[in-house]
Amino acid sequence: MTLLTVTDLSVSFATNDGTVNAVNNLSFQMGAGDTLAIVGESGSGKSQTAFAIMGLLARNGSATGSVNFDGTEILNLSDSAMNKIRAREIAMIFQDPMTSLNPYMKVSHQMIEVLELHMGMSHREGLTEAIRMLDAVRIPDAANRIGNYPHEFSGGMRQRIMIAMALLCRPRLLIADEPTTALDVTVQDQIMTLLADIQEEFGSAMILITHDLGIVAGACDQTVVMYGGRIMEAGPTAELFATPGHPYTTGLISAIPRLDGDDEVLPTIPGEPPNMLGLPPGCPFNPRCALAREVCTQTMPAAEISGNRLRACHASLEEVA
Amino acid sequence: MALIVGRSIADELRNGEAVQGRSLWQDARARFFRNRAATTGLVVLFLVGCFALFGQHLAAWSNEDIDWNLLGSVEELGGPNWENGHYFGVDELGRDLFARTVQGTQVSLMVGIVGALVSVVIGTLYGATAGFIGGRVDGAMMRTVDILMSIPYMFVLILMLVVFGRSLLMLFIGIGLISWLDMARIARGQTLSIKNKEFVEAAVATGVRPLTIILRHIVPNLLGVVIVYATLLVPSMIIYESFISFLGLGVQEPNTSWGALINSGASQMQYGTLWQIGFPLFFFVITLFAFFFVGDGLRDALDPKDR
Amino acid sequence: MNQPLLEATDVEVIFPVAGRGDWPWTPPRKLRAVSGVSVTVNEGETLGIVGESGSGKSTLARAIIGTVKASDGRILWKGDDLIGMTPETRRAHAKDFQMVFQDPLAALNPRMTVGQIIAEPLTTHFPNTPKGEVREKVQEIMEKVGLLPNLVNRYPHEFSGGQCQRIGIARALILRPKLLICDEPVSALDVSVQAQVINLLKDIQQEFRLAIIFIAHDLSVVRHVSDRIAVMYLGRLVEEGPGKELISDPWHPYTKALIASVPVPDPEVERGRHRAALPGELPSPLAPPSGCVFRTRCPVARDSCTEIVPERRKEGTRMIACPFAPEEVPIGN
Repeated sequence: MTLLTVTDLSVSFATNDGTVNAVNNLSFQMGAGDTLAIVGESGSGKSQTAFAIMGLLARNGSATGSVNFDGTEILNLSDSAMNKIRAREIAMIFQDPMTSLNPYMKVSHQMIEVLELHMGMSHREGLTEAIRMLDAVRIPDAANRIGNYPHEFSGGMRQRIMIAMALLCRPRLLIADEPTTALDVTVQDQIMTLLADIQEEFGSAMILITHDLGIVAGACDQTVVMYGGRIMEAGPTAELFATPGHPYTTGLISAIPRLDGDDEVLPTIPGEPPNMLGLPPGCPFNPRCALAREVCTQTMPAAEISGNRLRACHASLEEVA
Repeated sequence: MALIVGRSIADELRNGEAVQGRSLWQDARARFFRNRAATTGLVVLFLVGCFALFGQHLAAWSNEDIDWNLLGSVEELGGPNWENGHYFGVDELGRDLFARTVQGTQVSLMVGIVGALVSVVIGTLYGATAGFIGGRVDGAMMRTVDILMSIPYMFVLILMLVVFGRSLLMLFIGIGLISWLDMARIARGQTLSIKNKEFVEAAVATGVRPLTIILRHIVPNLLGVVIVYATLLVPSMIIYESFISFLGLGVQEPNTSWGALINSGASQMQYGTLWQIGFPLFFFVITLFAFFFVGDGLRDALDPKDR
Repeated sequence: MNQPLLEATDVEVIFPVAGRGDWPWTPPRKLRAVSGVSVTVNEGETLGIVGESGSGKSTLARAIIGTVKASDGRILWKGDDLIGMTPETRRAHAKDFQMVFQDPLAALNPRMTVGQIIAEPLTTHFPNTPKGEVREKVQEIMEKVGLLPNLVNRYPHEFSGGQCQRIGIARALILRPKLLICDEPVSALDVSVQAQVINLLKDIQQEFRLAIIFIAHDLSVVRHVSDRIAVMYLGRLVEEGPGKELISDPWHPYTKALIASVPVPDPEVERGRHRAALPGELPSPLAPPSGCVFRTRCPVARDSCTEIVPERRKEGTRMIACPFAPEEVPIGN
């Protein structure tokens, strides 16, 4: 069953220096309970995609295309209609938990407020449910610590609270935007384990937005690779890592030093991530691509679908491999 | 969420002559001139400045001469009149109000600018030094500022003017003495945050001397905030001076300022000579507004959050 | 082996922390950021220092570079103690070791041009260098780090993160130092740019015969660049040894857990591995656990660990601060 269908999503921002097309003609689908990774560097448009789905674009941004959530079109919905969906159907976890926790409110109040508003619970019911949720995200001594303020928790614990808040109304889709980037590896490990467990327990689908291919490899069934606001490649994670079909994916995977690797010199992708104000014509990756040819600088390759994989490259699969 | 757009230069010329960069100041200037209210404010300030500098050449009368023809009938005939050369009318003594306003503008602007300058130079250096050195020195320097601030300055100023005589110089000294205190606090606060930036640490690690670090790395990065505050300080200095002159303690006859002119205009209001208060007040108000708009525009233009 | 370039012995760094609501004269509490750490760096060698945030790795670097004062211990630079020096002599020594910072843009003064930034160490230590020569040297070093020399008059904000880091490296190299201290030099960069900067550092090291102290939380990166790796936890050094060996055969339970936590970009490997290798979080450095500081999270901790501070012992090329390692620590926990 398809839960979320994104079709031809484009996001642009009007800035003083001109229009920035952050996302261009993005399309993907995900089923209920699926885990999808959106991978990309800065300027790839991965976060703006999430903000567009959630209806949280900055004021100077606008989105076109279609985002269909379980049969309902949710792109550019009114704020009040979107608020209902945001709380109960789709929840988001941010990189910095402090941006969505109110520092002047006790954790218990923040959580109960959500439950009272959206689930119609009484204060007492809300408290029990909130404690149960904090237990679920493995916060030790939840019944006592729920009365604390956000700043009294460590970074990892705050991220757990964020996750608990996001799960309060049992959403069917969870969007996690770089949920572990600010955390240490051992805590990141804990959080990723928690997210996997939670997903199993609650059966929600998850979109994981990250730049870290290591996390993707462990956590996601499907992967979308973005560059310069466009999809470069998409497919099942295992296949994508084993046989990348796009020169960007290939470069990205090989540029990461590995604990179990033994390359003396790391293969690199030359050049810099794209400048969103002055994207090159054609394929945005062409200035950094070893396989770039005349046509790459003129037209963006059409997405070519074979089986469950999608790729957008003028070069043939044999050339990339 | 702010959209961060990297300004890559990879597509720039690959070789040849050195490329000239666009500094943050130049960026800020471009942003400033995009702000219509601020640009208008700047134009108004420029015009007021020209009025103060060149106004006396346009005046048909000198600021000291009394027009005996009008002396007895200021209420009936003393209003603004192009034919007799009193563009703004005359005051109750028959002196040309246009020339008087030019003179008042000169004095008031000078008070404002001198006060702001003293505060910028002394306050910034004092605050930056205290903030950069930190520890006990910082404590001692800032407590000194606290003590000076806790003295009711108006009282001291009035006392000084009474004891040492009412002169323009005394007024400058008095206003200069109090104006830098706030600036020192602001500069210190900013310095504390700049001090922890990695580029300052890099300079310390390289072995750059403390004084050089303050002058090269801290002060230029303070300047944005300082300039904004200074533009807002100029009008408040003008208001101080006006207030003191309004009390009759500031600028003395035959010299004058906006405050003194408004004061005498106000005392004549009952006779219906509204031009006497109207013209000085008009200049006073538009200048203050212009300064506020320019300050606002500068703050938006220099705001690092926009980066 | 000749004398090591840098030899730090039992370095302690203590920060005074004023309690909230204390009177100004209440003696501040003491935060031991670095506690009894000893490391040596030889010429041309790379020492990697890993640890989580709060492990004191950056503070140790700052104690060496001199922006933070070490409260105890010795830091010998070719035999001269840096800690006891007057600020004046210390400044003169500063040209031998330079630092590369984590946030590439924050490390560059936004009001100065790239040329001025790179030239600053040179003009500081050799103020009489003629202008033409300064310019020549700046452009030469810019070319070395992969920047176009005609960009000298640009400002930092006009560059991307990777380019800014190159500027930072150029500034560190212009005096031809003997030791480069890199504090998380690639963690703020995009994946595709990280590899470029890592390769650049390695190239430069060979060309200049540089010693490098490479501090990072990313074990994969540290392993890739380092000859030796030191692992820190809560201000203490827990294990040290040759890089590849330490990663493939970690002894200390913390090192093991750290390595097990690193995600590998390979779905095959990831699917089959144990999850959440290390429970709990770093204890507060204001109130570190008694005995072994790692015992609160250690899978093999026993009663004696609460009392006995583990002593550092040397075994061959390795150094370890756990009395039970490696024999009694199970593989992979």
